[in-house]
Amino acid sequence: MRKRQIASTVAHRTAIVLYIAVALFPLYWLLKVSVTPNDLLYTEGVRLWPSRTGFEHYIFVLKHSDFPRFFANSLIVSGATAIIVTVLAATAGYALSRFTFRGKYWIVALMLLTQMFPLVMLVAPIFKMLSPLGLTNSLTGLVIVYVAFNVPFATFLMQSFFDGIPKELEEAAMIDGATRFRAFRQIILPLTLPGIAATLGFVFTAAWSELLFALMLISSTAASTFPVGLLSFVSKFSVDFGQMMAAGVMALIPACLFFLLIQRYLVQGLTAGAVKG
Amino acid sequence: MASIDIVGIRKAYGALQILHGIDLTIRDGEFIVLVGPSGCGKSTLLRMIAGLEDISAGEIRIDGRRVNDLPPRDRDIAMVFQSYALYPHMTVAENMSYSLRLRKTGREKIAAAIDGAASILGLNTLMERRPKALSGGQRQRVAMGRAIVRAPKAFLFDEPLSNLDARLREQMRGEIKKLHHSLSATSVYVTHDQIEAMTLADRIVALNGGVVQQVGTPLDLYDRPANLFVAGFIGSPAMNMIEGRYRSDRVSAWVELAEGLILPLHKTLQRAGIDEEEAADVEDGAAVTIGIRPEHIFLDPGVGGFEATVELIEPTGLGTILHLRLGGVSFKAFSLERSDAAIGDRLSVSLPPERLHAFDAADGVRLI
Ligand SMILES: Nc1ncnc2c1ncn2[C@@H]1O[C@H](COP(=O)(O)OP(=O)(O)OP(=O)(O)O)[C@@H](O)[C@H]1O
Ligand SMILES: [Mg+2]
Repeated sequence: MRKRQIASTVAHRTAIVLYIAVALFPLYWLLKVSVTPNDLLYTEGVRLWPSRTGFEHYIFVLKHSDFPRFFANSLIVSGATAIIVTVLAATAGYALSRFTFRGKYWIVALMLLTQMFPLVMLVAPIFKMLSPLGLTNSLTGLVIVYVAFNVPFATFLMQSFFDGIPKELEEAAMIDGATRFRAFRQIILPLTLPGIAATLGFVFTAAWSELLFALMLISSTAASTFPVGLLSFVSKFSVDFGQMMAAGVMALIPACLFFLLIQRYLVQGLTAGAVKG
Repeated sequence: MASIDIVGIRKAYGALQILHGIDLTIRDGEFIVLVGPSGCGKSTLLRMIAGLEDISAGEIRIDGRRVNDLPPRDRDIAMVFQSYALYPHMTVAENMSYSLRLRKTGREKIAAAIDGAASILGLNTLMERRPKALSGGQRQRVAMGRAIVRAPKAFLFDEPLSNLDARLREQMRGEIKKLHHSLSATSVYVTHDQIEAMTLADRIVALNGGVVQQVGTPLDLYDRPANLFVAGFIGSPAMNMIEGRYRSDRVSAWVELAEGLILPLHKTLQRAGIDEEEAADVEDGAAVTIGIRPEHIFLDPGVGGFEATVELIEPTGLGTILHLRLGGVSFKAFSLERSDAAIGDRLSVSLPPERLHAFDAADGVRLI
């Protein structure tokens, strides 16, 4: 009996380690290539770590490419999208969680419907809609599209967080003298911070790595986001792997910082003690 | 403090009728207890008074003012929830002062109010804790404290003690009663614990299936239940119910229970203030249900008793519950005496006529 337990623990741990290794290996490779000088890239063959490392790719990318521009554009677009989506999703999710209203069923059905089409199908019509409005080649246009596509899922996500908060809490607040909106702001929102953090993080990363719309709606370098920018390292005749990877590593930084910032809200259990349990 | 008038209140969820027209006048300072089985609409009625549920029909007035369309915050009532509903991200002090802060009460006044409430409830040492660091009983006190700091027009309680263990419940019951004595605030208290109902209430409202069955003092409901539902609901162990047939002639009335068992009704009629002429209203031969409380059955009366067989003995410490069988009818008797009877023993019992209740077997309404 004990032996079997040990064996199963070992198998379990091995599986986890294997999984993590497979998941993290591409990241490792990204880092490795980004610090490998160009002359060693093809000469050394496949090695786990180059014999000599250097930061020249990073310096080149920061000084001589449009990458800082792309980076800033991406920050603006992803940040704006994340904030707008989270505000909309929090209010809509609250309404879905707490109220019954006419047409609720159809609104939910329509929101689900928007999630069913492959985005590729929608690129052309969306381009057609945005171009007369002057919203192609603009960050605003990109934000609008990203918001539209992220709101439904984020709303369902927020709704599930609100569902987890007992509705007696806001009822108690309303009896104590709060309006429904104040109860939402002072009682419910603080308890939903983990949900809000999760939604922000999810939407931010989705927008950060979006390529399809960014590629189709934007042609000028001035308004390109970073995933589009990465493609500029692919030229007709060669791919500048070192610079591309260096850009990629830098692109990871905001996402990492963002999750570092919100991780303490991702820790659940804030509602403990609200009701007997 | 205020009176609350409930006039023809109905509640429906779609086609589903929950409350079927409730009328009730709650006097200023009165402690009303709503009792009834699970799902009968107690919480719904309470939440309608609080303004948390829409009123489908009828009218609620607080202090003579119609509040149907008033949001909860403008009704000036406080409510203690069964789940306590403490704000988890606030300390005990913040929980208790929230309503005052919303009303822009001055700092000193708030401090005085929560200090006062904390010392009444013995919470002084806990004021800086979060709810999750409190025991169930302490949370319950905080919920009470949150209600009393504000000195509202009325208190609403929805089963506030049902999450506590028996001993703590008994203690808090006493404290609520004391609190009511000192604040004499109008209170509506929902429970399905009949001991709470009996001990706390000025008047009890017995509710079943969204219909008021009886309103009266605890002893009214105990002594003269208006129908079979109230008779069975109030009292523990529950009242014995025995099917029988009402008989009367010119001079007397009696009930035939199974197998020729006959109970005279004479004294019951007298106690009810009905002379036997009137009792003739009840048709001779009508099916009736006779009720008698276990504690009213005499054991070993000597002469004039029936011979019953002991089927089961339940000592409660306080006394003994005997399950007896008499001519095909099973019933319970409660006695404060310790019993040395054994299962299968034959025992002489008597059912005092003045303690009998008679109900119409068909609709359950009290006859005598
Ligand atoms: N939102 C709702 N939609 C439909 N029916 C409801 C809704 N809320 C409550 N009910 C029904 O109303 C009835 C009364 O509910 P209520 O909560 O008032 O019962 P209660 O007397 O408080 O019971 P308990 O003692 O279990 O708390 C129940 O049958 C319940 O199923
Ligand atoms: Mg209830």
